[in-house]
Amino acid sequence: MKYFKRLLFLIALFMTITPAIAAEEEGGDIDLQAILWGHVKDSYEWHITDIGETPIVIHLPVIVHGKTGWHVFMSNEIEEEPIESGKMKGYKEAGKGTGLYIAPAGSLYENKIVEVADDGTETRPFDISITKSVVVLFIDAVILLLCVLIPARWCRRHKADDPAPKGFVGFMNMFITYVYDDIIEPALGKEAAKYAPYLLTCFFFIFVVNVMGLMPFPPGGGNLTGNITITFFLAVCTLLVTNFSGTKHYWKDIFWPEVPWWLKAPVPLMPIIEVFGIFTKPLALMVRLFANMLAGHAIAIALTCIIFIMASMGAFACGAMTIFSVMLSIFMMLLEVLVCFIQAMVFTMLSAVFISMARLHPHEAAE
Amino acid sequence: MLSSLLLAEGIAQLGAAVGAGLAVIGAGLGIGKIGGQAMDAMARQPEKMGDIRTAMIIAAALVEGVAFFAVIIALLCNK
Repeated sequence: MKYFKRLLFLIALFMTITPAIAAEEEGGDIDLQAILWGHVKDSYEWHITDIGETPIVIHLPVIVHGKTGWHVFMSNEIEEEPIESGKMKGYKEAGKGTGLYIAPAGSLYENKIVEVADDGTETRPFDISITKSVVVLFIDAVILLLCVLIPARWCRRHKADDPAPKGFVGFMNMFITYVYDDIIEPALGKEAAKYAPYLLTCFFFIFVVNVMGLMPFPPGGGNLTGNITITFFLAVCTLLVTNFSGTKHYWKDIFWPEVPWWLKAPVPLMPIIEVFGIFTKPLALMVRLFANMLAGHAIAIALTCIIFIMASMGAFACGAMTIFSVMLSIFMMLLEVLVCFIQAMVFTMLSAVFISMARLHPHEAAE
Repeated sequence: MLSSLLLAEGIAQLGAAVGAGLAVIGAGLGIGKIGGQAMDAMARQPEKMGDIRTAMIIAAALVEGVAFFAVIIALLCNK
């Protein structure tokens, strides 16, 4: 590419912006754990940055169904000091009736909206609010649809013999062909075409969401795959696809495997182990993706926070450590992009292998 | 009563830190072995370098996944 050097410089510039802006601030004590958890956890508002002292926050709608019916309001209407001031969202008389507020630290439902009754007990209402993770999911879904439907439109309008497309469509074509030829087809063989839609969706969803989570500014910057519920859902999808496409021989090998009789007759040891195996394989998928992405995002934030900590220790330490932190940040961000791709690839490859193991055919079993 | 609570919290944090360190030892040994054998294989057969590199990265990602189990448990201990 003609502009490769310029592109590289731009990328390096972007990766240094976050630490460099951080280096301008001076402050008192920095609570690293609170900053980390604040960036990585879900919340009812999207805190983008602080300009000077004023925070720039996008407030998101809260949609809950409590004992008093449906409540829909923006999250900036939730009172800050509900217990002390006695005011709560949705209350009828001062100090009486049910109210809604965000449970403080130390409560069982910390940082979630709770409904408090007359006698002070807190319960969780049915909560389908548009939280930060939900907004990130919507944004990433739109990006993913754009990335996939535009090349699909090219494929519909052109024949197989036409010259290859250029630019973004060509890149996506190359990427999808790479995933299909090198990850899905070696595992599934002849049945690759049947399961390719699900596996390709898996790969590109995980990759797009991971990469968007790395960007330090909106519309990126939301931690989605570092949320165990998202990876749980992906693992459940793999579990369902695998087991609903299982052949008779697959189920026979689970409940009555070809092992010595004493492993299956009085006490069905092997069948129980195999049934556990059905669930532990997607469980491993879930934890691997979740832990990798959570740790990656946490490292990226922690390395940037080094600058804040050094700044609170004096001017000389701040200047010296900033260079080091910028270099380390660039290296870690590049490593994180690689990890994003690898984790998407490993998830898709293992799902393909599980599906191919479920499609067990008799002549293969006899070998 | 209060001192035994503080002691329990201190021991929990100690356990979490030691657990994370042991996980790092396990991951380092495993991935080091994978990398070393991959280097040997690439030196024996330079024309297979691409395939070996891909296989090495996949195996390293799987080993790292197991190490991350331990990190998650250490995080849960600490919280």
